[in-house]
Amino acid sequence: MEVLTTYAILKITWWLLLGVLLMALAIMVGMDMGVGTILRYVGRTDEDRRIALNIIGPHWDGNQVWFVLGGGAIFAAWPTLYGTAFSGLYVVMLVLLWSMILRPLGFEYRSKLASAKWRNLWDWTLFVSGFVPMLVYGAAIGNILVGFPFHFAQEGTAVSVYTGSFITLFNPFAILAGLVSVSMSTLMGSLMLMNRGEGALYERARRVAGLAGPLALILFTIAGIWVANMKGFVINGTLDPGMQASPLTNLPVSIVSGGWLQNYANHPILWLLPLLTYISVMLATLLARMGRSHVAWWLGALGWIGILGTVAAATFPFLMPSVTDPAHSLMVWNASSSANTLGWMLGWTIVFVPTIIVYTSWCYWVMRGKVTAKQVAEDDHAY
Amino acid sequence: MVPSDLVVDLSRWQFAATALYHFLFVPLTLGLSFILAAMETVYVTTGRTIYKEMAQFWGKLFAINFALGVATGLTMEFEFGTNWSTYSYYVGDVFGAPLAVEGLMAFFMESTFVGLMLLGWHRLNRVQHLTVTWLVALGSNLSALWILIANGFMQDPHGATFNPFTQRLELTSFMHLLFNPDAQAKFVHTSLAGYVTAAIFVVGISAWYLSKGRHIELARRSLRMAALFGVLSSVGVITLGDALGFIDGGKQPTKLAAMEGLWETEQAPASFNAIAFPSQEEQRNLFAIKIPYLLSILVKHDLSTPIVGINQLEQEAAQRIKNGIPALMALQAIQKNPDNKQALATFDAHKQDLGYAFLLKRYAPDVAKATPTQIEKAAKDTIPEVWILFWSFRLMVAAGFAMLVFLIFATLYSLKTDCRRTGFLKIAPWFIPVPFFACEMGWVTAEVGRQPWTVYEQLPTWISASTHSASYMIFSLTGFVLLYTCFIVVEMYLMTKFVRQGPDEPGSRAGGSLAGQPVFAHPLLAPHRD
Repeated sequence: MEVLTTYAILKITWWLLLGVLLMALAIMVGMDMGVGTILRYVGRTDEDRRIALNIIGPHWDGNQVWFVLGGGAIFAAWPTLYGTAFSGLYVVMLVLLWSMILRPLGFEYRSKLASAKWRNLWDWTLFVSGFVPMLVYGAAIGNILVGFPFHFAQEGTAVSVYTGSFITLFNPFAILAGLVSVSMSTLMGSLMLMNRGEGALYERARRVAGLAGPLALILFTIAGIWVANMKGFVINGTLDPGMQASPLTNLPVSIVSGGWLQNYANHPILWLLPLLTYISVMLATLLARMGRSHVAWWLGALGWIGILGTVAAATFPFLMPSVTDPAHSLMVWNASSSANTLGWMLGWTIVFVPTIIVYTSWCYWVMRGKVTAKQVAEDDHAY
Repeated sequence: MVPSDLVVDLSRWQFAATALYHFLFVPLTLGLSFILAAMETVYVTTGRTIYKEMAQFWGKLFAINFALGVATGLTMEFEFGTNWSTYSYYVGDVFGAPLAVEGLMAFFMESTFVGLMLLGWHRLNRVQHLTVTWLVALGSNLSALWILIANGFMQDPHGATFNPFTQRLELTSFMHLLFNPDAQAKFVHTSLAGYVTAAIFVVGISAWYLSKGRHIELARRSLRMAALFGVLSSVGVITLGDALGFIDGGKQPTKLAAMEGLWETEQAPASFNAIAFPSQEEQRNLFAIKIPYLLSILVKHDLSTPIVGINQLEQEAAQRIKNGIPALMALQAIQKNPDNKQALATFDAHKQDLGYAFLLKRYAPDVAKATPTQIEKAAKDTIPEVWILFWSFRLMVAAGFAMLVFLIFATLYSLKTDCRRTGFLKIAPWFIPVPFFACEMGWVTAEVGRQPWTVYEQLPTWISASTHSASYMIFSLTGFVLLYTCFIVVEMYLMTKFVRQGPDEPGSRAGGSLAGQPVFAHPLLAPHRD
């Protein structure tokens, strides 16, 4: 194997960091959104719903920054991907953003008025802003495997042109992937409610966890069989990983049946990733039923890592393959920022991501323990 | 395939609408977070519980405002990708970096600790809670710093160079990006404007309580703290506004000339148009009241430098367009053959005017065959909308001085030992909208003045937009306006309600309770029993 240049190593490092971000996003924001999705089921009374909201209340805002940071990091490290993906996914992005902006208001405004109508309205917005973003998140990842209808036009500079309609993005496979994501977020949300809830709320959350885990695994399995039989993207010959990051180079890419399994065929060790998903999600479900929700939560997080790792292993080095013109596909090699930007951003990340993890952990530690109806009723600021 | 004029206009309207909405909430967050921190500091150091009540009461209003700041900020970050994909591609290597660092360093800190600030009163000791409050204030202000560093790059690009092989701007010096004078001056100007906004918000509401004879202790102390904070910040805003004018005067001459309604070059000492009716079509002012000497003093800080007018700047632009043509043609040759040494040499000789050639491309897709009329048209584009800038700038400045005077009155009032009901208390609540208006006008001056560029002299706005259909854009613009308008109605309603309600008796909850009522049982779920 040839020696990789510094630039190529930076690109791979950022691909790994992007993975870490997408995993943190799925685990942390996904958990809060899962609570939103099941809020109307687990909370039958206003009191129960307020407890559920106050369990994630001190943390939802901080957790949401993983979503913001995901966007910012893609902008900084993969600007071509940022512009191409988000403009191509226009209507989907709008649906995602419009549902996401309901969340802060749902949390902050819901309990401010003592009116059943008012609170019911915001409970619905919390459902929408929990369910829809996780569906879109999964669908976006599913579409990486399906491929996107776009190409680049030359206007003195690269202009990405998207040729599909918005409905293209909600193809059956993408919806399946979206449902995997929704069930995983529901699992994580219900485990968090078990961690810090009591009584009827706890029991209902346990019931949800017991169903969401197996559902996620069944959908994941169907998706796996589907991928094995779908057309995937492969590189013919070799590409220089240290190449200039221009999307206009004609890349030797072709679409072949079962192409997404090529990496697995070349490196059988990668099969450990889907295996990790099965083992951890199964154990999480089992422990949730036994009431060991803390350990189950961490296993659920491992399950997310397994799922996203499985997709990443299949698609590397593709980020956004083009079905219209495979030669215009975006890869780790041709869609990244310059070496200087990647280097600087790596420096900031090395300093701040551990810092963030430390203070976030401290916040969870401070707010630890069961949330009770009495606390919620007495606290002037409670959600 | 480039976006049509209609799509570009609609994209601009959408970005402007979402940014102006977002900017209704940001300044208040920036300032109020410091006022909360100051109040709590007094509480922790002196142990007087009235200051804790103050921090908690204003904290409630802070949270209502903060939610909308977060919500509307979310969409802004992603709009670069959704609506400005060519811009994202072209400058993401540079512009994306400060946005990402903002998330890492500032937004994370602010958002993580705001939950603890609001819900951690019983869980943290006094010093811990105070630290958390200060971290929220620090986080929100650092956030503004990084966003304005990104914006500073759009206003006056530093620390980047165009790479003809990747066809985009690439970062050359992070330090130059960071210490961009425009960004630094604008950060201080903008964050101080936020402090003034919050100060007037607190002064106005406190004055209302005093005029009603309610919550006197809390209102008096709040008014005094806010008024002092406001006066100091107000002086800073004006000083930094002057510095910003001085910097922009050197770096963005078209913005300056348009702000001043200066069509023809003024020999030193230049006079200042206090009031004018500029006509873009006739390229002159239909009417103007001039104050001699003042303009030179204001923008050049001397009496000997002439100030170049719009008509002369337009001629200079035409020259730069002509000079940019070989750069764009060389770039196209490099795209076909990256080893073309001659094209590379030509490109290097003309690259500083590449952006100007893009302006021409709008009228002459093949720039090599451009006619003088087309060049003239493109040169006209370099002048932003004069009447908007002229008036938004003046309204901002007028509001700025009015606020300084208002805050001086507020400080004088707060020094009185008895809180007699005076005319000031009656007027003060009506003053609350003024800083919000001034902030919006400031944004308009800065951003409309940057036109026709997204990145000054580097990348025109018209080429930056995504290639969407107009129907998509109408759909999204309508959606945003409807949604945001609903939000603002809800927010104003809650704010008014909580202000009227005032600080509670300790222990009683603000929201009211529906405890124990099974009001939410859904028909489909109702039969289920636990």
